[in-house]
Amino acid sequence: MTAAPETPAPSPAGPVPLAPPRRLVGVTVDGEELRVPEGSTLLDACEAKGVDVPTLCYGDTLTPRNACRVCVVEVEGARTLAPACSRKAEEGMSVLTDSERVRHSRRLVLELLGSSVDLSTTPGVPEWNERYDAEPDRFGPRAEPAPLGERDARHAGEHGPVDGAAAATVEQPAKDDNDLYVRDYGKCIMCYKCVDACGEQWQNTFAIGIAGRGFDARVSTEFDVGLPDSACVYCGNCIEVCPTGALSFATEFDMRREGTWDEERQTQTTTVCTYCGVGCNVTLHVQDGEIVKTSSPHDNPVTHGNLCIKGRFGYQHVQNAPGRDQGRGGGETME
Amino acid sequence: MDLQHLDTPPSDAERAAVDALLGPPGSAWEGGERTGGDLRRADGGQAARGRRDLLLPALHAVNDRIGWISEGALGYICRRLTVPPADAYGVASFYSMFALHERPRRVLHVCTDIACAAKGSGRICRTLEERLGPPGHGSAPPPDGEEGGHRDDPGVAWAESPCLGMCERAPAALAIEAGDPPGYAVSAPADPDVLCAPPGPRPTGADGEDRADGTAAGRAAPPPPASSNGHRTPAHPTTFSPDPLAPLPAEPPAEAAVPQAGDTGLLLLGRIGAVDPTDLDSYRAAGGYTALRRAIALGPSGVIREVTDSGLVGRGGAAFPTGRKWAGTAQRPEAPRYLVCNADESEPGTFKDRVLMEGDPFSVIEAMTVAGFAIGAARGYLYIRGEYPLALSRLENAIARARARGLLGEDILGSGFSFDIEIRRGAGAYICGEETAIFNSIEGLRGEPRSKPPFPVERGVFGRPTAVNNVETLVNVLPIVQMGGPAYARIGTGSSTGPKLFCVSGTVARPGVYEVPFGATLRDLVGLANTGAASPPEPRAVLLGGAAGGFLRGDELDVPLTFEGAREAGTTLGSGVVLVLDDTVDLPAVLVRIAAFFRDESCGQCVPCRVGTVRQEEALARLSGGTGDGSDIALLRDVGAAMRDASICGLGQTAWNAVESAIDRLGVFADAPTRRTLPLTAAAPSTTKEAP
Repeated sequence: MTAAPETPAPSPAGPVPLAPPRRLVGVTVDGEELRVPEGSTLLDACEAKGVDVPTLCYGDTLTPRNACRVCVVEVEGARTLAPACSRKAEEGMSVLTDSERVRHSRRLVLELLGSSVDLSTTPGVPEWNERYDAEPDRFGPRAEPAPLGERDARHAGEHGPVDGAAAATVEQPAKDDNDLYVRDYGKCIMCYKCVDACGEQWQNTFAIGIAGRGFDARVSTEFDVGLPDSACVYCGNCIEVCPTGALSFATEFDMRREGTWDEERQTQTTTVCTYCGVGCNVTLHVQDGEIVKTSSPHDNPVTHGNLCIKGRFGYQHVQNAPGRDQGRGGGETME
Repeated sequence: MDLQHLDTPPSDAERAAVDALLGPPGSAWEGGERTGGDLRRADGGQAARGRRDLLLPALHAVNDRIGWISEGALGYICRRLTVPPADAYGVASFYSMFALHERPRRVLHVCTDIACAAKGSGRICRTLEERLGPPGHGSAPPPDGEEGGHRDDPGVAWAESPCLGMCERAPAALAIEAGDPPGYAVSAPADPDVLCAPPGPRPTGADGEDRADGTAAGRAAPPPPASSNGHRTPAHPTTFSPDPLAPLPAEPPAEAAVPQAGDTGLLLLGRIGAVDPTDLDSYRAAGGYTALRRAIALGPSGVIREVTDSGLVGRGGAAFPTGRKWAGTAQRPEAPRYLVCNADESEPGTFKDRVLMEGDPFSVIEAMTVAGFAIGAARGYLYIRGEYPLALSRLENAIARARARGLLGEDILGSGFSFDIEIRRGAGAYICGEETAIFNSIEGLRGEPRSKPPFPVERGVFGRPTAVNNVETLVNVLPIVQMGGPAYARIGTGSSTGPKLFCVSGTVARPGVYEVPFGATLRDLVGLANTGAASPPEPRAVLLGGAAGGFLRGDELDVPLTFEGAREAGTTLGSGVVLVLDDTVDLPAVLVRIAAFFRDESCGQCVPCRVGTVRQEEALARLSGGTGDGSDIALLRDVGAAMRDASICGLGQTAWNAVESAIDRLGVFADAPTRRTLPLTAAAPSTTKEAP
């Protein structure tokens, strides 16, 4: 089997690709022709050419939802812009990734999101804001965050009077209802990834769904019950895919609040989970000799970044030496 | 699936409502009593999940009988259909006509959209607020903590509603009362005294005790269960009680909305008022079902050829050639194929499909049968918006009667062609009229549009090739088949063929649905609607095409009403809305209402539309409130361009059309100061964004 030199190289750590050979289709990206395997997305084509396309809702382990629209590109002849993350490359397609229309829509997406969501823990946003001259503050002062539960009680198709004095946001206090992780929906951009990871794409637990409509749409359990009363199994695969830090380990949430979270001081060590024979990879994030969170490599051919509650949260025994501060969730989780 | 279900049990009434639709549960696995046998079996898997598309009908069943959907009811539905509760909650909370908190049985939906606002809906709302309290669907918790939704609540709730499709009788209000069967009534023009009067006893079925527990005490036997396709048998022919809720008046006949009624030359509206809309024989005596016979004689490809030759294009707003859509669907190798009739008419100012369905329902059924025959579909779905109870009743009756006569079902007219129609009722979501959102809604998912490609002709409802057509488009097929495509194509202009229905409302003497051939000018149409008026008011502006369309100035009435004519004039015919506004109308307020409409109706999936519609409303609120300036207009243009370019579906892509045309053509906000006198963003200087 021969792969064309232009095809995106498989991850060096990944397995030997055994898929049947795919036909190549020729596309033009910013005036430069290249050939990509049939079925590739425009994002694949852009990456193959080395063009950096910003993405937020795109997940490397999930089916694209193309909800955020920050990756839009201009396909010649099309009336509207196309999301690069999901639009398949077709023979003869000509794509512009930095035209005036593309830059405008990307700027507006960044401004609209930045003005309505707390993007302070979303990687990439400051650079993109600069690249696209985005000014999220131009819509006026931010409205006060909603009290906890108020957004969850909103009725579809209704909203209160608007005077335009402040820009509405989705901000609200974080939902901190269990020992293991915190849901800070003021940082949620509605990428749908946690719902897909919890549901039929990975975990098949279906503890969360998208509820409500329009600006009041939110990620929610049934009737907004707390996680301990929901179907949640605390696999944390939603945290793994969350692009904005809306979902985070309780340890990370607490440390950020205290101002002690410092990724510069953290090391990442990928090892094998000790609990069962599947052999999932876990990556331990260690700061000052303490495991502060765990993740899992997305390119693992078996687990694709998914873990179970034990692999994700069951690391306390590693640092369970006598005399150590157990911290939150240490020792007696889930009781 | 190993699902964790809710523990709260349903009340007896809730259980009965769901069982009336789905039949009794087969085992404890789907919500029945646990028996010894259940321990030795496991139901689930594909078969149990395969009824997911009944989620929306099941939610309706509970909402119709109880008035809201409790935790117990939702949990029971989830067990019956093997749907995760969080998933079902997401679906139920998507639709504005469902409540997930207890609310009074009777809910008044008061239209506050453009046409009704111009005719004084604000006054109605103020009166209702004085007498009934603030609007809303009762997000307050139950007053005494009682569970299960079987309290006898004598109260009335009211809510502001987007366009109810009764613009010719503006201002309109629709009352819906939960019960068995549920009841409804229309007050249009709305009379606050009648609307606020205490609900009287229901003329049929229900006595006081009946209402208290929501069960059918007065009914001899429960209605037979629906088959898996959700149909009720003719023994329970209509969902809603045929008698209007006391003390509201009965609705006028459909022909009252057709000022041209009686004109025998009308191709689409000719039967309205001339035939009994509930009687199949009356329809057949007026030429009904001759088109189906002719279609069967032509064969499927012959029908598609006639439709292609006719030049018919979709009347829902996108103007896609119907023949091409049908040919594309028919040639797909996958089976089964489906037909979807889009009767989710929700574009503000549009009511033509309602008038067709109320006045000539059999023609819709016959046209769907012809379309299903042409594309080789085994089943058609008729998706009707939840705000049209009378049209729903008429169609339910028409389908039952057609089926009883063998005009639906197996081997129609001895042709060997089998076809049946299922009605699916929306629940208050404009977005479900989008051609792919309608599929998700039918499948029991949230009504979010899908990304295209793949297009419906390739992967539509249930992932199968699907032709989705608007009601008016389908009804046009009947004359096409009867007179032949080329003869039909001679009506209208070269590239806009046939007759077109226009929904004329606002300040005209005779508002209603008008049928005119393509090519008439807007002035002709407005003149027709002002026939007999001594001194017709001079229009200041005309909203053409609805909220997704655009405004024209009063001096631009010579634009020809054709697709190409509208395009040349920089506007669109859209769904055929012609909303005439005079000098008394507060145009900035109209624009704020349009923006609020799009904000409310955005599904929330993509950022440009979800947040862009909010920012658009905020900027318009500033401009109309006098605190805005030129920078807000620049902001509107920026946001509008991104919504048009980067939104997933047509809702976001058109959410700025009307506002843009009002600013550019009508000069609304032309006197806004270039700079604000007071800095609005005193607290947050709008310079560059600091890195977080």
